[in-house]
Amino acid sequence: MDRYRRRSAIDRLAKAACVAAVLLALVPLASLLAYVAAKGVSGLSLSFFTGLPKPVGEPDGGMVNAVTGTLVLVGLACLFGVPPGVMAGIYLAEFGDNRFGKAVRFSADVLSGVPSIVVGIFVYTLLVLWMRGFSALAGGVALGIIMLPTVTRTTEELVRMVPDSLREAALALGVPRWKAIVRVVLRTAAPGILTGLMLAVARVAGETAPLLFTAFNNRFWSIDLSQPMASMPVQIFTYAVSPYEEWHRQAWAAALVLVAMVLALNAGARLLLHRRAPR
Amino acid sequence: MPRSLPLAALLALAAAACKREGAAPSEDRPARPAVSLQGAGATFPYPLYSKWIFEYGKQRPEIRVNYQSIGSGGGIRQLIERTVDFGATDAPMTDQELAKASGRIVHLPTTLGAVAVTYQVRGLEASSLQFSPEALAGVFLGEIARWDDPELAELNPGVPLPAEPITVIHRSDGSGTTAIFTGYLAKVSPGWNEKVGAGKSVRFPSGLGAKGNEGVTGQIKSTPGSIGYVELAYARQNKLPVAAVRNRAGRPALPTLEAVSAAAAAFTGSLPEDLRLSIVDPPAESAYPISSFSYVLVYEQQPDPVKGQALVDFLWWAIHEGQAMAPQLDYAPLPEAVVRKVEEKLRSISPSKRPSPLQGEGSWP
Amino acid sequence: MAVSVTALGRLSLPRRLAPAFWGEAHLGDRAFRLCTAAFAAGALLTLAALALQMTRASALSLRRFGPGFVLGTEWDPVRESFGALPFLFGTVVSSALALLIAVPVSLGAAIFLSELAPGWLRSPIGFLLELLAAIPSVVYGLWGIFVLAPWLRDTVQRPLSGALGGLPFFSGTPRGFGMMAGGLILAIMVLPTIASVSREVMRAVPVGLREAALALGATRWETVRHSVLPSARSGLVGAIILGLGRALGETMAVTMVIGNRAEISASLFEPGYTMASVIANEFTEAAGDLYLSSLAEIGLLLFGVTLLLNALARLLVWRIARLPDGARRA
Repeated sequence: MDRYRRRSAIDRLAKAACVAAVLLALVPLASLLAYVAAKGVSGLSLSFFTGLPKPVGEPDGGMVNAVTGTLVLVGLACLFGVPPGVMAGIYLAEFGDNRFGKAVRFSADVLSGVPSIVVGIFVYTLLVLWMRGFSALAGGVALGIIMLPTVTRTTEELVRMVPDSLREAALALGVPRWKAIVRVVLRTAAPGILTGLMLAVARVAGETAPLLFTAFNNRFWSIDLSQPMASMPVQIFTYAVSPYEEWHRQAWAAALVLVAMVLALNAGARLLLHRRAPR
Repeated sequence: MPRSLPLAALLALAAAACKREGAAPSEDRPARPAVSLQGAGATFPYPLYSKWIFEYGKQRPEIRVNYQSIGSGGGIRQLIERTVDFGATDAPMTDQELAKASGRIVHLPTTLGAVAVTYQVRGLEASSLQFSPEALAGVFLGEIARWDDPELAELNPGVPLPAEPITVIHRSDGSGTTAIFTGYLAKVSPGWNEKVGAGKSVRFPSGLGAKGNEGVTGQIKSTPGSIGYVELAYARQNKLPVAAVRNRAGRPALPTLEAVSAAAAAFTGSLPEDLRLSIVDPPAESAYPISSFSYVLVYEQQPDPVKGQALVDFLWWAIHEGQAMAPQLDYAPLPEAVVRKVEEKLRSISPSKRPSPLQGEGSWP
Repeated sequence: MAVSVTALGRLSLPRRLAPAFWGEAHLGDRAFRLCTAAFAAGALLTLAALALQMTRASALSLRRFGPGFVLGTEWDPVRESFGALPFLFGTVVSSALALLIAVPVSLGAAIFLSELAPGWLRSPIGFLLELLAAIPSVVYGLWGIFVLAPWLRDTVQRPLSGALGGLPFFSGTPRGFGMMAGGLILAIMVLPTIASVSREVMRAVPVGLREAALALGATRWETVRHSVLPSARSGLVGAIILGLGRALGETMAVTMVIGNRAEISASLFEPGYTMASVIANEFTEAAGDLYLSSLAEIGLLLFGVTLLLNALARLLVWRIARLPDGARRA
């Protein structure tokens, strides 16, 4: 009996330790979200979304340029990362059970682990030096490379999950295979792929390191892709390390906007998944 | 139906991305063709440059000068790589660096500033400490590691120096401010010269690194017991105390506009042709020993005539009208002799032989 | 999220239909196949180009310093003498510190989520953990500068310095910013990665194993300890390696709190410098060619190390569970 008591005491202790671990893991999250919310809200104002960065001391500075910049860069990243990623994913799922497929799968996985700053150097030496200038385009390419492996692997997983009966049904109707894939298989997998995409977008939206050498920064509102472009993460970095209260306020506000964006994408992805689950 | 919705959203996203791309050139077209000038470099003059760009933008909204303060090393590197239209640095380029560039680069002094020694120490928020060159080198070498060190106490009689460790804050990026500061220390302290040397990036023996003058100032503000070197404007804007440094004449000099101008005046009698000169440790009585010109770097041969013209216009404005804004931001105006020289240099930049009519010779006294 | 989809996929996935069944009579089919293959090759080519370009960019430094670069302790742009050891040291120590803190916590959390939590609690806590993974690095950095570093200085380091200041690890001035802050912020950032991968790995352990243990009268903890953990072991190691990979490549948050000085010091209060942060700080700034090339070589080293680690992690984890999305963020 004594032994049993000891065992159940250890059991309770271990369970308590696990609960404590969860709480411990959530403490920084709570602190971070609380600070971002509290400081961010007080830093938000209309001029944040309408104004441009101003010299220290001038009123009504904002970061409309960085907000649009982030949207444009993410859009570009999707342009460079999504179509190739989806196509590669289709290949892997439908035709990729061979050595070439294995190699591609392996390099996609390895690529997804390459630090984003290394991708930044890569794009700088390749594109920025070649184009003779920092540009939104280079930033988009860097983010696209970061997105590519995630999109590829997600697409593969989801296309694989489409039951073969659907393929068979389409083929039985005399549809060519490629049409069956595009019209039936891809369509069925689309919501899941979109979920994966939203997560990938959420991730690149907050990337900073590769943008330092590629999209650089711009004080002006610009959507010219051959010119440097501002982005919220880079702006947060610049403002966070600065000594100015006003800039700190704006950094917190931008952090709030960015976190809200990422949260919304994550929650959206989750919602999409849940809605789909019963079917 | 709901199944096709996400797909539609995906397509819309792609379409939106394409549309953004397509729409780029047609947007935002003022009366004159817009010119975007990309510049990068020194953080030292950034408060002044950003003010200039802001004010100049009101007069010539079609010229958009995007200046990013990434550090002087960055200004030089990116100009050599031709990824920017102009660079900026406080430390003139070395011959070696000039040789790497694919064209002739001209140095255009735009303003004068002081590298102020600033600190955040409990009880000393308002008092101005005094440093001898040796003591300054000792602190940044890490040899003087406490605020109540006898050497500091001797220099600052009656000042309540706390019994706390000193944390040195230095630059982590390639910096002209570092070049000026280490250039000075190397000149006045053999120990510093031997152990560290002078340059835009050096191997600091102690302390924390931070990016840009902004970063160093920010780090000083968030680290009690810290000391660092920043352009005067940064210390002033952030209400940090600045130290007086004993100059070559043996007098304690505070970084003030007059003391900086005095330092420049000691050298402007014999300006080198390429305007690359160091004004640290001047022989003048009232001069602050750690000050410098700050330069804009441009290629003499401008590949794009429209951009070249815009650049010359902006710089012409900066060395004339722009100078009036310098003192209120704690920068010293350029000496008359230097302005003349810069004018000459600006005229030599081709293809724009002279400033455009909007602000010709007439607009400056 | 994507986690459960992939896990589901693994269970319900039928074999691919044999190519012969599909046939490729149609010209469009061949074109389609080739077209997708070309894009698939893109991933391969990108990786190859990355390796090539990084090597080319570091050629000068490779030639000048050779293998000695890795062990060189000097980082002196004035004398053009460059060695990567201080950065390797900073990266390794900060990452090790991160794992030391994050591994127990995230394993505990994973055990809770996979074995102990009531069903209604699993999903929300899982979501919160994934949220932790989704917050951008630079936001962690912002929080690190204004919240974590001052807290560390006043609440942790001052007392530590008072009580254990004699130990080399806790000597020096408590400043908040430094190796300890870098390690801690990394711990917070890799925690969700390790936790969510471990949770997946544990979930993949067959229910029968648990039932068997419970039927023999084992307590919950004994079941976990003697049935679940041993059979999930290699996957858990993989999860930790993935976390390590992320910690090594993490840039912004660390750069903002680690102090940025190339120094090898035993004290956790002292500043450090990681491979990723030196690149972030100095890459656009390096005026000398050799300086720039040395920075590129640090990038190459980082690339090589993370490449190896990832390959290893994938091998270990794959045997057990598909990787959830979000397992990676550089």
